[in-house]
Amino acid sequence: MLTESEKEEIAEEVKRAGHARAACVDALRIVQRRRGWVCDEALREVAALVDMTPAELDSVATFYSLIYRKPVGRHVILLCDSVVCWVMGHETALEHLTRRLGITLGETTADGRFTILPTACLGACDRAPAMMVDEEIHGDLTPEKIDRILEQYR
Amino acid sequence: MVATLHIDGAAYSVKEGQNLLQACLSLGFNLPYFCWHPAMHSVGACRQCAVKQFKDEKDTRGKIIMSCMTPATEGMRISIEDPEARAFRAGVIEALMVNHPHDCPVCDEGGECHLQDMTVMTGHVCRRARVRKRTHRNQDMGPFVNHEMNRCIACYRCVRYYRELAGGRDLDVFGWHHHVYFGRQVDGPLESEFSGNLVEVCPTGVFTDKTLKGHYARKWDLQTAPSVCVHCSLGCNTIPGERYGELRRVRNRFNEEVNGYFLCDRGRYGYEYENSDLRLRHPLRLGAEGPRPIPSAEAVSYVAGLLRNGGRVLGIGSPRASLEGNFALRALVGAGRFFIGWPERERALVTTALRLLREGAIRTPCLREVREADAALALGEDVSNTAPMLAFALRQCAMQRKIKVAAAFGIAPWDSDAVRLVGQDEKSPIFIATPCGTRLDDIATRLWRAAPEEIARLGFAVAKALDPDAPEVPDLSDEAKSSARDIAAALREAERPVVVSGTGAGSPAVLEAAGAVAAALRRLGRNVQLSLVLPECNSAGAALLGGGSLAGALSEVRKGQVDTLIILENDLYRRLNAEAADALLAGVKHLMVLDHLANATTARAEVALPCATFAESEGTLVSQEGRAQRFFAVHPARGEVRESWRWLREIGMAAGQSEMAAWQTTDDLIQTLSQEPGLSGVKEAAPGREFRAAGQKIPRQPHRYSGRTAMGADVSVHEPPPPEDRDSPLAFSMEGYQGQPPAALVPRYWAPGWNSDHALNKFQGEVGGAVRGGPAGVRLIEPAADAPARYAAEIPPPFQPAEGQWLVVALHHVFGSEELSAHTPGVAQLAPRPYLGLSPEDAQRCGVGEGDPVELAVGSSVQQLPARIIPGLPRGLLGLPAGLAGVKVVELPAGGRVRSVTGGPP
Repeated sequence: MLTESEKEEIAEEVKRAGHARAACVDALRIVQRRRGWVCDEALREVAALVDMTPAELDSVATFYSLIYRKPVGRHVILLCDSVVCWVMGHETALEHLTRRLGITLGETTADGRFTILPTACLGACDRAPAMMVDEEIHGDLTPEKIDRILEQYR
Repeated sequence: MVATLHIDGAAYSVKEGQNLLQACLSLGFNLPYFCWHPAMHSVGACRQCAVKQFKDEKDTRGKIIMSCMTPATEGMRISIEDPEARAFRAGVIEALMVNHPHDCPVCDEGGECHLQDMTVMTGHVCRRARVRKRTHRNQDMGPFVNHEMNRCIACYRCVRYYRELAGGRDLDVFGWHHHVYFGRQVDGPLESEFSGNLVEVCPTGVFTDKTLKGHYARKWDLQTAPSVCVHCSLGCNTIPGERYGELRRVRNRFNEEVNGYFLCDRGRYGYEYENSDLRLRHPLRLGAEGPRPIPSAEAVSYVAGLLRNGGRVLGIGSPRASLEGNFALRALVGAGRFFIGWPERERALVTTALRLLREGAIRTPCLREVREADAALALGEDVSNTAPMLAFALRQCAMQRKIKVAAAFGIAPWDSDAVRLVGQDEKSPIFIATPCGTRLDDIATRLWRAAPEEIARLGFAVAKALDPDAPEVPDLSDEAKSSARDIAAALREAERPVVVSGTGAGSPAVLEAAGAVAAALRRLGRNVQLSLVLPECNSAGAALLGGGSLAGALSEVRKGQVDTLIILENDLYRRLNAEAADALLAGVKHLMVLDHLANATTARAEVALPCATFAESEGTLVSQEGRAQRFFAVHPARGEVRESWRWLREIGMAAGQSEMAAWQTTDDLIQTLSQEPGLSGVKEAAPGREFRAAGQKIPRQPHRYSGRTAMGADVSVHEPPPPEDRDSPLAFSMEGYQGQPPAALVPRYWAPGWNSDHALNKFQGEVGGAVRGGPAGVRLIEPAADAPARYAAEIPPPFQPAEGQWLVVALHHVFGSEELSAHTPGVAQLAPRPYLGLSPEDAQRCGVGEGDPVELAVGSSVQQLPARIIPGLPRGLLGLPAGLAGVKVVELPAGGRVRSVTGGPP
């Protein structure tokens, strides 16, 4: 069940967009911001609010890699694998993260603390290799720096 | 405009502005493609149809272009054979095949797979990719469509078809990158009644025919013949396939003027009744211990004896039987003693519809013309349930507006994505007035939900708003007046408006109102057409043949004028309520019934004769368009089963009617019935039995048909001669003319290198256009050019819901309302359970909740049904499902009373 505040916020977004379907991505983000991800039940309810069928909305939801249709950890690590980061040591960073957390891309740690996902570009090529944890970008990654960064997120 | 196109150095004339892919295919070149489809046009997604374009004669380098996205222009130079273009195409298919499972031997599509054909065409024979293939979980999509996602090459045709053409909203594409998944959000039956076309639209084996899977045979092992759908009045063209004496599937047969590339699911999947255990296989004689099989000769001589001994005989024909069957029965019993087996009300409706089309000045459109119309008014008829492909055509009509908008920007109609992008939410004006919501409502500009009389009044008001000379509608509400003005304004502005109505609402006034709207537009000089849906596959043919209704038959029986009653392919217990049917049958001494399936009427028959279905016989059906179309036997009938007319002929001859002896073949019979007024065109519907292509018959079996010498080995090791077909130019054999026969005789689509349905390209004069070799079918009804557009005199009074009194209307269901298809397991699964529909207001007033038992009384007929609350159903109306098993037969619309069985006010 969507909460009243979720419904209200979605309704506002729909009003602002002028066209219910145009608000669909924002509506999904509203739900995800509160719950961390979008479950099937929430998706079906959002679909009704934006005048789409569940299939139509899920088509949008699954297209966007930043709309999560499965539960994620408390903190999401988006590790950039675009060409500059790749040249500058993306693989070393990934190897280190995998060793430290015991998970690889697309997985969540057993304690629910971290999820690692790939991303195509963070716009931080000048600080490659880079990753984003939650809303924050971290560049010039080295194994030591990664360890320090991870400590900031509990 | 014609443009000269240079392809690999040779000059060709093509239609200017047409896309190069369509132009090249029409010229006969083999150019591979995936995402393009002649009915869905170009999106340029798959990159498979690449060719080289050169600036001029001196340009030797050229550039790669996508042929489906490039319009043909004067003097254009392209190369299909250019090595770089060839390498490009081979590279594309190699990439598409990276994740394809190569499971052709166990894939239902194998042997008729567009992906196989295109892979061979590009020469990709060796896999180089050494990667793990991605895999998917498949979904259960209901009884009709099988899902196998691993085979997907992501051409997007399925979702484009399903969403844009069929209007479905429950099939979509999920994910991204190489993980795209085409399916439903959760498992469950596909909601669209056009889902079966996915099987033909999918270029590989992702979507395949689930009913075929239940009794699988390869395309090359199927015996096929041109046929016509028997499950509604539209007469869509089909290709049923048979093996081992059983129908295995139905595919689309392209008729540019009728169904085009598509069929509805009732038409595609309704066929399994042919294989049903209910089939009558031997003549049956009713004795003290119930029916027992008797030899055919005994059955014929017994019935002939009843006729010969001066017995007074009466014949009841059927709107679902062929012209030939009905005509033979009429000849046997005499025109004055022949009745079409429909209730008086249905007879009045069908004859009203036919009168509007025959005596008026207004043309009835073929389905292509409906697809191309630019405005529509659907009056009273729920076409999505009574004539699904007409609903499909109206969906394409809605698209015309987008095409027009795009044309103003210089965008070609085949540039599919651009048309949709520019067209946005634009759609042609379509107005729908029905008693209950329909599955077309999403394309409607405006909707009305009202009782049939109110719908008729709205129609008459539209006519009045168009033409001041039209009769005034008294006591019209302001809302109806303004609605009528809006509709009139939109129809007046349209170039090609179409008015759609039909017998489904059960109201002659609705038909007259539709006629009045068309007449008013005609008087304004508009190019209007009128399409009227009829109840069954040969309702129009039966009406053209003439003959009274069941009321007439009943009165003859009551007068004691009948010793023997012969009923042709008609279950009276579906036409009349049980008491009336009992009364009719009880009044005759001897009852003989000819039918395919055992039913309540055959159970009462003293003699029941097993007659051939559409797939076992040749015959003619007249569609609601007045199009006479011939269906041919797909396979010889088994056992004692034979054509109805052959039974009737044998009985007639044995009873001394020597003129029937002249009917040696179907052609002889057609020759005789073509002399009837209005039926002279029937013999032109298809070439006769004498027709030969290059001196040969047309084989029903493909040249690769396997097991011919072995398939009967369990019975006898000696190979029997192929059954002879004396009736048609087709042969039950693999020997004969393997080229292209005339359109009406095309038994399957196949061409060298083209094993899939896309071989159709090779049969069309222009790809996407008509099949070469003349029309398939003949229109029997054309408007009288000089006929004045007249108006009906009577306008019904307004509908006023009265306390305690309801108007019961029929609600039609695409699955369940039609008699024969309802015996198909998949159709039965999707049919609704019996119910009585109430509006939410009435339900509340009666204290009835969803599913509560209620009692419905119409006249003396009382039945108990679970209530279904239908939002949008007008107050004062009750909806009773039409033709559904488990619902008592009541002639509708009719006044009725409802009460909650658990208590509550009456």
